[in-house]
Amino acid sequence: MSKAANSVDIQEVPEHTVEIITNSGEGAQKCAQIFGQTCAKMGNGVWTVEIIPAEIEPPHHTVTSTSGNIIRFGKDKITNWGDQSKLAIAFNDQVLLSRHRLDSLRDDCIILLEAAWEKSEDEELRRMYDEAMEEMSSKNYKFILVPYEEEALKIVDNPNHGKNMFALGILAEIYGRDLSIIEKQIANIFRFKPQKITDNNIKLVESGMAWAKKNLDFRFHIPSVPFDEQRIVMNGNQASALGAVAAGFELCAMYPITPATSVSHDLAEIIENYGGFVHQSEDEIAAAGVAIGASYAGKTALTVTSGPGMALKTEFLALAIMIEVPLVVLDVQRGGPSTGLPTKVEQADLLSSIYGQPGDAPRVVLAARTIEECFHSMITARRIAETFRMVVIVLTDANLATGVQQFTRPELDVRWQQGAIDQSPVPEGLRPYEWDPETGLSKRVIPGMKNGQHTVTGLAHDEESLVSYHPSSNELGMKMRSRKLAVFQSTLKPPEIYGDEEGDLLVVGWGSTQGAIVDAVDRARAEGRKVSTVQLTFLSPLEPGLKEIFSRFDKVMTVEINYSDTPGDPYITEETRRYGQLAWLLRAHTLVDIDCWTSCPGQPLRPRDIYNNIIAKLESTEEGVAA
Amino acid sequence: MSSIALSLLDLETDSTVCLQADDYQKRPGKWCAGCGDFGALNAVKRLLAKEQLQPEKTVFVSGIGCSSRFPHYVNTYGFHGIHGRALPVATGIKITRPELDVFVTMGDGDCTSIGAGHWIHATRYNCNMVVLMLDNNIYGLTKNQTSPTTPQGYKSMTSPKGAHLPALDPLQATLGVSNASFVAQTADWVPAHMFATMQAAYEHPGFSFVRILQRCPKFTPDVFLDAVQNPDLVELLVHENGVDVPSLQQLFKSRRRHDPLNLDDARSLARRNDMLRLGIFFRDDSLPVYEDLRAVPKVSAEEKVNRLNKEFERYAV
Repeated sequence: MSKAANSVDIQEVPEHTVEIITNSGEGAQKCAQIFGQTCAKMGNGVWTVEIIPAEIEPPHHTVTSTSGNIIRFGKDKITNWGDQSKLAIAFNDQVLLSRHRLDSLRDDCIILLEAAWEKSEDEELRRMYDEAMEEMSSKNYKFILVPYEEEALKIVDNPNHGKNMFALGILAEIYGRDLSIIEKQIANIFRFKPQKITDNNIKLVESGMAWAKKNLDFRFHIPSVPFDEQRIVMNGNQASALGAVAAGFELCAMYPITPATSVSHDLAEIIENYGGFVHQSEDEIAAAGVAIGASYAGKTALTVTSGPGMALKTEFLALAIMIEVPLVVLDVQRGGPSTGLPTKVEQADLLSSIYGQPGDAPRVVLAARTIEECFHSMITARRIAETFRMVVIVLTDANLATGVQQFTRPELDVRWQQGAIDQSPVPEGLRPYEWDPETGLSKRVIPGMKNGQHTVTGLAHDEESLVSYHPSSNELGMKMRSRKLAVFQSTLKPPEIYGDEEGDLLVVGWGSTQGAIVDAVDRARAEGRKVSTVQLTFLSPLEPGLKEIFSRFDKVMTVEINYSDTPGDPYITEETRRYGQLAWLLRAHTLVDIDCWTSCPGQPLRPRDIYNNIIAKLESTEEGVAA
Repeated sequence: MSSIALSLLDLETDSTVCLQADDYQKRPGKWCAGCGDFGALNAVKRLLAKEQLQPEKTVFVSGIGCSSRFPHYVNTYGFHGIHGRALPVATGIKITRPELDVFVTMGDGDCTSIGAGHWIHATRYNCNMVVLMLDNNIYGLTKNQTSPTTPQGYKSMTSPKGAHLPALDPLQATLGVSNASFVAQTADWVPAHMFATMQAAYEHPGFSFVRILQRCPKFTPDVFLDAVQNPDLVELLVHENGVDVPSLQQLFKSRRRHDPLNLDDARSLARRNDMLRLGIFFRDDSLPVYEDLRAVPKVSAEEKVNRLNKEFERYAV
């Protein structure tokens, strides 16, 4: 800690986590978005997470009205939301209390709380305030009262349209953020609004900075590491949308569903400049049908949804698989079952994505592990779908969808955009399902191709696409559709192991938990623990070499955001215990006695919780992996 | 491919080659003897021949049911999908490949029951396609269950005491949908009228909904018996912008001049159940067509890459 000339403490720290906690409608997202982007542009690693209420504008000043954002930023790459926040901006005591109750704030968290409530004229508000402060007194939070509303009113008439920018100014001063970058962000966000809005917002930021200069005696310095590559910063849904454009998708058929919808917002804004469009269907089923119709007609089509929408599309996906029409489905997972937790993260669509059809319906399922992979997986998915005439399901989740992170700017390849099919006449004698007996692959024939007339059917069919209930014909079709999966698997490499190639424990994850798992494994390894991890991308087919990798570790455990029974709970025995979804899959796949630690709190996993369970697993005396 | 398809391999689809109705039949229909679907298939074949549609640029889409086997028998591209979902598939084809001629065949269960949501919205999208709703008032393929259009009191395996509710009227329902642009009714026992109606449906630039009244020889052989036996119970709607078949003037004495542009009259005629009316109830060629509204200019692959690179600037760090 060093002391600046004007007696301000400047503490240099490798990273910090900030929460902006408000009523919904008070602009926390904009404030956080600009702050996060500014940090990224200044060379910090960044990860942001949205705190979203289920309603658009729930009653204000309650513990359920909390809307906000967590921004974790640091010197190095940041891959997850971390453990707890070290500084919080809170617009009232009740939304702050909700975060306290979720154990989201560090014991020594600095809390910049709105000053208006302590001495509110409203007796009830004062009582609530006092009770909240009493409840939070169990922690050593450092409270600083800030007149957000009073200061904002000096510049704008409606404080709800100004407090957020005043708060941004305070953060900018505390963390030494570059005002010119903030100004550019503000100008960009409000580019479709009158200039006065931009001007006022900048004034508010400046006023926040001035207030902090005058009133706060601490600053944090987070060093940034210069980088010599081009980077972009966005959330996972934006990355999926831009990835879809980069992959050459010409149609996105969708129906609104949280948290997938914003992919279609981002696409709708730009895709027509790329010769494509977004079709909002009457329902989830129709969205699948329209995408399948378009793909059948030779166009590259995508449908975007979340869990309940996946359930509705089930029958159509089986049809696409049966008639071998390429189709890419993006499932931005949320908490289930049923309507579940619409705005929250869960990794519980894995098994239904792989097996959610009546009959045998092989398809490719892959999961993006990072926001960068949200982009690239769209390109990969299209390529697999077309090469194998296959349904490809891309799983992301609410954590990736709304998390913001920077990544290497993709180098676009013009070949990603190429039209799918050569439309020259069909060679004489070519059948619609001219399955290569080795690979199950066949040439795609689409309307417009001369001499190719045939009728695709969801009924069992032969190579000529004629309805056939003949036993051998049905078995051949099954075999050929399944074979493609094995052929595709042969093109994959075994997953990379993070950490040593062998050891006491291997943690296996999939999708968005990568960052938190790696952080936890790093912590354990720093203490000399022999822990490694692999993070799977391909779930159907599974990546090769897993059994061999597992054999090099004494214990193998999955870490997932979904439900599993806890050993020791009532009625839970070795016979009744239900495992996490990846654990279930891997146990069946490898016959290895794989354990799991799963949790479904409706929020991303904390590295410390994973770490604690790694240690518990290492120290447990039960038999590890069957030799 | 079938022998008929193979015989087409040598044909060029330029103006010098004239395809006959039978050239459009891929294989014989496998419906029960006396099924109304045969009549519809014959009329379709004649229409395709008359319009000389290129088989490879024509797509028949269907759902599930007896009538949904239709695409298997037509020598064009075909899509035999899942129950109730023909319209979304057809929409997907038409909005991305508007140059293709798209036909949809559905049954009453397909269209008015399990696929009713799609029916309403497809009507509103008004994509340019011919939609044949083959209405035999019963679920035939699954063997005799009540459909929404089954007459009240008519017995089936699921309503042994007779259908409980008044039948759903597909004409009134379609005419009630915003942006509905073509609604017609014809019958399997009046082939000349069916052909003329299909012809008009094909010519109409929009979603042409044609309800074809037909009998299921197994389960509803008698639903239209009175009208079949007594042409006086049938009224033809005629107009220079509708359907007017001179050869039918002798048989059908009751003919009403009805301007298909008059939606109020169309709705009122559809609501009346004093007679069975055949003809074009409503037709408006000026209504917006979804694929026209959504048409976007083509962009070269190189240009797409340029534009996306510019897009990245918004997100640049």
